[in-house]
Amino acid sequence: MNAPPGGPSAGPRLAALERAPRADAHERDADYQPVFVGARRAELDEILTRYPTKMAALLPALWIVQEERGWVSEPAMAEVAAVLGLTPAYVKGVVTFYTMYHQHPVGKYFVQVCTTSPCNICGAEDVARAFLQETGATDLGATSPDGRFTVIEVECLGACGFATPVMINDEFLESVSADRVPSIVGVLK
Amino acid sequence: MGFPHKSHARETTVLSKHFGDSDAHTLGGWRNRGGYRALEQALTMEPAAIVQMVRDSGLRGRGGAGFPTGVKWSFMKPGDGRAHYLCCNADESEPGTFKDREIMRWTPHALVEGCAIGAYAIGAETAYVYIRGEFTEPLQRMTDAVREAYAEGILGKNALGSGKRIDVHVHKGAGAYICGEETALMNSLEGRRGNPRIKPPFPAVAGLFGQPTTINNVETLVAVPHIINNGAEWYKAMCFGNPKSTGTKLYSVCGNVRRPGNYEVVMGFPFKEFLYDLCGGPLPGRRFKAIIPGGSSVPIQTIAEAEATVMDYEGFVTGGTMLGSGGVICIDDAQCMVKQIARLARFYAHESCAQCTQCREGTAWTTKIMERIEAGEGTAADLDTLLEIADNMTATTICVLSDSCAVPVVSGIQKFRDEFEAHIAQHRCPFRPTSAAAAVAA
Repeated sequence: MNAPPGGPSAGPRLAALERAPRADAHERDADYQPVFVGARRAELDEILTRYPTKMAALLPALWIVQEERGWVSEPAMAEVAAVLGLTPAYVKGVVTFYTMYHQHPVGKYFVQVCTTSPCNICGAEDVARAFLQETGATDLGATSPDGRFTVIEVECLGACGFATPVMINDEFLESVSADRVPSIVGVLK
Repeated sequence: MGFPHKSHARETTVLSKHFGDSDAHTLGGWRNRGGYRALEQALTMEPAAIVQMVRDSGLRGRGGAGFPTGVKWSFMKPGDGRAHYLCCNADESEPGTFKDREIMRWTPHALVEGCAIGAYAIGAETAYVYIRGEFTEPLQRMTDAVREAYAEGILGKNALGSGKRIDVHVHKGAGAYICGEETALMNSLEGRRGNPRIKPPFPAVAGLFGQPTTINNVETLVAVPHIINNGAEWYKAMCFGNPKSTGTKLYSVCGNVRRPGNYEVVMGFPFKEFLYDLCGGPLPGRRFKAIIPGGSSVPIQTIAEAEATVMDYEGFVTGGTMLGSGGVICIDDAQCMVKQIARLARFYAHESCAQCTQCREGTAWTTKIMERIEAGEGTAADLDTLLEIADNMTATTICVLSDSCAVPVVSGIQKFRDEFEAHIAQHRCPFRPTSAAAAVAA
């Protein structure tokens, strides 16, 4: 008979795995606090009445998670899956498609500067550079040393006539020019 | 109006009449402006009569494809015993376009009313308004407007006392240009990755949740109450003589132009007068070099082409481009066409859903080559390669994002080849300063 994989001491470990029930990620994480309790559960229940399938409540449910926690962790994905009758892997597949769901924590202020062509020809790159300088974030996508700011470039925000639009978390600023940036950042600091 | 500027005398403000009003977004404010009379009237009409009226008006889809709206509605077969759905496409993400956000934030009840009439006309009890996640204010305004409408019995199981159920739900997107493609929108609404579907089947046969579905743009739907109120003949009469393009269009003007904003003009308006008179022309000391009139997915025009163009569906085609979404991007002579086409390619590469090999690989490869040319490391063979890639990306994929990436590349090389060749010959971008001193002087 062949030796079991993993060496002589693996046998008992493998046997133990086969005996233990597979726990969902959010149950394995002892520190995870569920999102969908109380008022948030009621909110999701109302949302579920709008659609003929539970799956259609997935994007709304993920928005609730991000509103509560600031980002969508894997335990949170597993909780959403359990609540909607989906698999964690499926939920992760959806989360990773959309740019607005954060898969890791971001700075307190998540600064998104549109640099697509209509804004690009109106100085959007100067605006992005100004934000990097004023916040101390230095690189796009990096968080500033004080943990307060993450600055990224984003694609067209649909406010091209009000160049350059900038989102800071959910707030949508219009007509941001490079010389306005110091005062915008100053207020947040 | 050339909002946020004052209306120009030559504009025809139907959809944008109340942009900038401080209370047009409330139910009371909308009613004071004649709101919901059209829905009241529509609910006394047969759905087929509404569909015919919209057909007769000549209204065409304002999202970019320009498909006749009444014809699209007629694809929804009444009495088939299946659940019908209306989706309002409020995912506005086409670079250069920013009209739907203004409609929603200044006159959200116009959209609620348009959705309600549209749903009723196509036999749908439920309409979803899919709004891109970045549109914070439009989302808030639309959510509030829907809540007000339910509270007043305008929506719900007995809409305006008609005995008909009309439900409207706001659905928030999460950041994906491709979800503006109608089948990707439906997939996203269903809680899936926003991958487009192969057509057929068409949405009217098997759409949202597999049921007959119509998807209409925001600007299309808000025209409907006006057609109900004033009649198809009134709408048809708003044109400069081409009966195939009727009504008004909101043009989102942006880029290197004196007065960016949303302008509403009758179909067939002369583009030269529009650009120089209404929009104020180029910035001081500059001249227009290129115009992209319909959002970034339509061919780039030289300024000479644009100045000879008539602003309607057929006119823009004659002018070497398309009306598209009506997002007018004005590019002046200080800009580098290569840099901007590279930036557009990067946009499409970022937004590709990645299902189709030609798009996934083609957008990325195009971006790499374009950025290499911009950096001064391009060769003559690169232009042939770009055109070959573009050819392979056109009419070969599940949706037209792939084609859309090819469009600025092909029209850019065709009409601004000299700029490409200058980058290649000089091994640099001619629009960048050559030294620090020049940069300071610029």
